[in-house]
Amino acid sequence: MRTPLIVRLGRSFDSRGWLLSGLVAAFALIAVPIMHLLLPPENPLHLSTWFITLIGKILCYAIVAVAMDLIWGYGGILSLGHGLFFALGGYAFGMYLMRQIGRDGSYQSDLPDFMVFLDWKEMPWFWAGSDSFLWVALLVLVVPALIAFVFGYFAFRSRIKGVYFSIITQALTYAAMLLFFRNETGFGGNNGFTDFKRILDHSITAAETRVVLFALSALALIGTLLLARYLVTSKYGRILTAIRDAESRVMFIGYNPLWFKLFAWTLSAMLCAIAGALYVPQVGIINPSEMSVANSIEIAIWVAVGGRGTLIGPVIGAFLVNLAKSWFTVSFPEYWLFFLGTLFVVATLYLPQGVVGLWSRLRSGVKQGGKKAIAAAKGAGA
Amino acid sequence: MNAVDSLLDARDNPDWDSGTAELGHVLKPGKLDLSHKVILYLEDITVTFDGFRALNKLSLTIDAGELRCIIGPNGAGKTTMMDVITGKTRPDEGTVFFGQTIDLTRLSEPEIAHIGVGRKFQKPTIFENHTVFENLELAMKTDKRVRHSLFAQLDAAASDRIAETLRLIRLDTHGKRLAGLLSHGQKQWLEIGMLLMQEPKLLLLDEPVAGMTDEETERTGELFLSLAGRHSLVVVEHDMAFVKQLGSKVTVLHEGSVLAEGTLEEVQADARVIEVYLGR
Repeated sequence: MRTPLIVRLGRSFDSRGWLLSGLVAAFALIAVPIMHLLLPPENPLHLSTWFITLIGKILCYAIVAVAMDLIWGYGGILSLGHGLFFALGGYAFGMYLMRQIGRDGSYQSDLPDFMVFLDWKEMPWFWAGSDSFLWVALLVLVVPALIAFVFGYFAFRSRIKGVYFSIITQALTYAAMLLFFRNETGFGGNNGFTDFKRILDHSITAAETRVVLFALSALALIGTLLLARYLVTSKYGRILTAIRDAESRVMFIGYNPLWFKLFAWTLSAMLCAIAGALYVPQVGIINPSEMSVANSIEIAIWVAVGGRGTLIGPVIGAFLVNLAKSWFTVSFPEYWLFFLGTLFVVATLYLPQGVVGLWSRLRSGVKQGGKKAIAAAKGAGA
Repeated sequence: MNAVDSLLDARDNPDWDSGTAELGHVLKPGKLDLSHKVILYLEDITVTFDGFRALNKLSLTIDAGELRCIIGPNGAGKTTMMDVITGKTRPDEGTVFFGQTIDLTRLSEPEIAHIGVGRKFQKPTIFENHTVFENLELAMKTDKRVRHSLFAQLDAAASDRIAETLRLIRLDTHGKRLAGLLSHGQKQWLEIGMLLMQEPKLLLLDEPVAGMTDEETERTGELFLSLAGRHSLVVVEHDMAFVKQLGSKVTVLHEGSVLAEGTLEEVQADARVIEVYLGR
């Protein structure tokens, strides 16, 4: 008896998972529009633009964290260059947003402002078709996937592992950052893309557009979690964790680890790219600093703080760290990096399973403590 | 031994009994050809690591269905020989043929595993974070490509096969336990069980009874003897009592080549073997 795929996908979440997803979806699709659009700003329940942008941004980060958990938590492959795929998705979608500005830029030209500034007469070949939403949506998925596939193929085929792999991914994103900093590369140099006006001919700053982007981000996160949960509970997921734990045994029972790693790696890059494409219209800017090594390391910190190999942990980690960041960088801007570093050290030393691990340890501790108390009471009674 | 027999019957493979030396027959590429009743040829294998000759013109043949024990002092090249057969190490010189037609030096580890060579490591290597059942499930002979694994579902026949193997390796009450929680001897058995799930034609077993109790060792010996005939087994072992129990042909390796070959009594009486083992 084969169970249809859709049913198996549905079963990937348990009832608690579906309940939680339902609540998040209801919040994003019903509560947020009402609280942002209908309630007047004086109402205490009104959600500000600042709040929606912040949470929308973190939802995108959470997608990246789940994608990272897939390869790090389950595949044992630590990438310190995942910001690259996020940024590539953002840049690809940013091209479309730049074209949507039309002639409303400072130079009233068909070309994006930075090209006019560089005195270019026509668009570079890779900008062809960037005024089409569908073409750009395709680019968002295909370009990062292709780069991840080619890079991953050679790295995994050469059996590069552990810290060596991490260092190479750092170098990759750093090299890409230097490339994107150059004006000649054709992506706006160090200023990147900004001053977006429209998306699908709707004003990008309109409250309605923000609400839609927020809802899409929430749905994308739920979809990512569902897909990831399906994968890690499938036979594929069991093989992936088997490769993490004993790669040689996996080879000697006839699986080629190369393709299993490459699949997770490429999929993870594509999920990051989708997150990047949702992120850029919400924050209104993309520049090469998104490819900095520090950004990619931060992704690993979200996952470590939340709990590796749990999928939900990285989501929690992304929220905790980024909410702390938005508070710290306002209140004590100069101490943020110290805090982040301390957090990573503490998480590594004392929270090997992150916040999720701490939570389950506390719960079993309470149970055990209860048993001990009962045993002690019995002992006292005897 | 009923469980063993039924398990073996279930995995009868049609190309196994082709061991008749017909005058002419069609070669099927990638298919194991046993027309000369030999499953493994090692010819003049030399492997050097930084000038050290781990294997020195080693030549060895294993017959189809044979059970062979390999003994030898430390550093004789036993593990390196297994590395060469399974594709982990490429020989500097020499040829390795699986049956008449398959050149193992041209295949990768997963490919070699896929055409029917199973290997048990010296140190039990299992998936500690998976359950015992899942360990066997992953090892089972099936399509081992990514696409298949994404949508694979366990059918009743496969579950039965796993249950049967669990009984055979006496872990039927441990199916849901994490493999990492098993005792050392049980881990050894689990790894042997994983090998059986692969349905290999040739099994390479590196010190399979290390760390087992006497009773476990004896049961392992019985299992191997029951597998011989349908599978070919190469057992590397230091435990002479175990080698004696198997009662098979013994090959003594020394400094990367074959020193002596024969029954255990014959090689134990060989003056050169005594010298190698006891020193001058």
